[in-house]
Amino acid sequence: MSQLEIKNLHVSIADKEIVKGLSLTIKGGEVHAIMGPNGTGKSTLSKAIAGHPDYTITSGEVLLDGVSILEKEADERARAGIFLAFQYPSEIPGVSIANFLRAALQARLADGEEIDASGYYKRLYAKMDLLKIDRKFTSRAVNDGFSGGEKKRCEILQMAMLEPKVALMDETDSGLDIDALRIVADGVNTMRGPGLGVLLITHYQRLLDYIVPDYVHVMYDGRIVKSGDKTLAHELEAKGYDWIKKELATAKA
Amino acid sequence: MKPPTETDILSDSAETGVMENPAVGIDQSAGNFSYKMEYAFDAGTGLSEDTIRYISSVKKEAPWILEFRLKALKKFFSMPMPTHWATKDLENIDFQKIRYYLSQGQKPKRTWDEVPDDIKKTFERLGIPEQERKFLAGVEAQFDSEAAYSNIKEIVSKQGVIFVNSTEGLREHPELFKKFFGKVIPTGDNKFSALNSAVFSGGSFIYVPPGVKVAQPLQAYFRINAENFGQFERTLIIADEGSEVVYMEGCTAPKFSTSTLHSAVVELVALKGAKIQYITVQNWANNVFNLVTKRGIAHEDAEIKWIDCNIGSRLTMKYPGVVLKGERARGEVISIALANDGQHQDTGAKMVHAANNTTSNIVAKSISVGQGRSTYRGVVHIPKHLKGCKNNTECDALLINTNSRTDTYPAISVRGDKNSTQHEASVSKVSEDMIFYMQQRGLTEGQAMSLAVNGFINDLARQFPMEYSVELKRLIDLEMEGSVG
Repeated sequence: MSQLEIKNLHVSIADKEIVKGLSLTIKGGEVHAIMGPNGTGKSTLSKAIAGHPDYTITSGEVLLDGVSILEKEADERARAGIFLAFQYPSEIPGVSIANFLRAALQARLADGEEIDASGYYKRLYAKMDLLKIDRKFTSRAVNDGFSGGEKKRCEILQMAMLEPKVALMDETDSGLDIDALRIVADGVNTMRGPGLGVLLITHYQRLLDYIVPDYVHVMYDGRIVKSGDKTLAHELEAKGYDWIKKELATAKA
Repeated sequence: MKPPTETDILSDSAETGVMENPAVGIDQSAGNFSYKMEYAFDAGTGLSEDTIRYISSVKKEAPWILEFRLKALKKFFSMPMPTHWATKDLENIDFQKIRYYLSQGQKPKRTWDEVPDDIKKTFERLGIPEQERKFLAGVEAQFDSEAAYSNIKEIVSKQGVIFVNSTEGLREHPELFKKFFGKVIPTGDNKFSALNSAVFSGGSFIYVPPGVKVAQPLQAYFRINAENFGQFERTLIIADEGSEVVYMEGCTAPKFSTSTLHSAVVELVALKGAKIQYITVQNWANNVFNLVTKRGIAHEDAEIKWIDCNIGSRLTMKYPGVVLKGERARGEVISIALANDGQHQDTGAKMVHAANNTTSNIVAKSISVGQGRSTYRGVVHIPKHLKGCKNNTECDALLINTNSRTDTYPAISVRGDKNSTQHEASVSKVSEDMIFYMQQRGLTEGQAMSLAVNGFINDLARQFPMEYSVELKRLIDLEMEGSVG
């Protein structure tokens, strides 16, 4: 069973510290939700783990199955099993989803090994059927002119094909109407299982009605300040984030 | 200068720059090897009337051709470099340091077995005999100044198709070729067409009889092997009424420390209702000055399409053109240029509408990487007295990293109100976020860039014959892999 360990992580963007000592362990089969107000470092956390060059990890450790990934390039981390579902996925004009995924899978093979084309398409179509995605979808260029919902569906399909050990889902629910949200949630729920650990980053409780987390963490000012089970999310929904801030202020005083 | 002799001499030769993996096909690393040759025919270094006389005499040319060459030489010397609009880098060409004619003989072999070993090895490394077997109707393989191999499948020659080199074409079929030779591109069109007209050697002469549709492409492969050398092939393709032909050319040269010159002239004539498609995948080493003049004349209902891919070279200046001479003639230029560090791709298209209801289409895509520079120059001319003419021009530039430079100089002159034109241009960048997105899916930085570039040209690459679009993709992959620091 895979495991992602984040230990006392500090992350800066252009010398400004955003994540200030965050620790969290995600085991295979678990779904963790990180909630929190805007600007508390939720997205920074996911991008830093994925290896975005703009984010500097100043101290701390990130281990995947006991091995540090921090010295690895973004693509090596991806191939090791880290998947980031982007809040704003990039468009890649002229490159079809089918070709893009094929290149991504090809990149995981050893030098000189060729992907088996018919096996690839069989698997792709099986995943698409599972996720209830129309066959025509994969001949479109990656995210090019996609609606918000299509972009997220494209992320989910990629995740299903690349079969990561850990999926970091950055505000996957933002900009989605309820139908799109349900499709995305169904996709994640379909993939849930001992082989996959999930970190759901979300601002709203709404997503958690569809993807029920095992753990909920509240992030504030670059740290996890409160952890609990799914009931914590309901509490946040009812009371907002202010009571957490007050609790923190009291604790400090 | 050596005196001309008839015997083909192949010296003992030493192999240099051995590659570990001689890949089939043309990629930049695969092209980067050369064999030390001793040439039976060598016009020496530098350019003078004697050079011209030497070339003409070894080729046993008719007096009118020598005349034509000598006149062209005068023209060449009298014309200035076009540096008032073109890059000053042209001034770095020293015409007196170039070798103008090197060959092992003037008669190409009809079978690969007869081709001298080292030359044969070169083309085998480049995958030419294999491609010939697989999908070509005929092949001409030029090694420095002359074709070493030239063959056309029997089924095609039986249809009356002529596919020979320029020397043979002018000697054996003067009545056919003289009529159009130097007529589409006059000697004095530009300084380099004048130079080519003076020293031309090699290139293809093709005639397709009325109504004949050549099912498979004809291919020429141009290989520069020698240092300080100038290759000046001359190609003339005549498609008679209602005929169709696809011609493809590939080119490579090894990387030398000194510069090499390639200056071709290509003339196309599509008679009434004929179709010519001319495809170039150029992959010169980055010491080659590639200064080529290409133009076609499309008669009534005829169609000429240039597909031009420029990868490599130090400086390429090439603007394939179509003169739309007959009513309803169609002209098209599809151009892809990739300028990497130290390279300047100065490319474009020329469309001259000279009859009613003629249409032209230009789609030019350029990719600039690192210090690479791309320039698009286009001319579209529709005079006032014509009606029903249409032009569409699209220029898209892709920049990879901030040092890249791209310029667009479209000159569209449409007179009168019975014609239409549309012009679109775009510049886009491969952003850091896009690369990160692809890397996050497991692609290396180089693979990501290469995929972005292939996506950018995807709509054009799809118009190529399959074998060439696969080749183009491979070339781009190699260029992009190499460009990541």
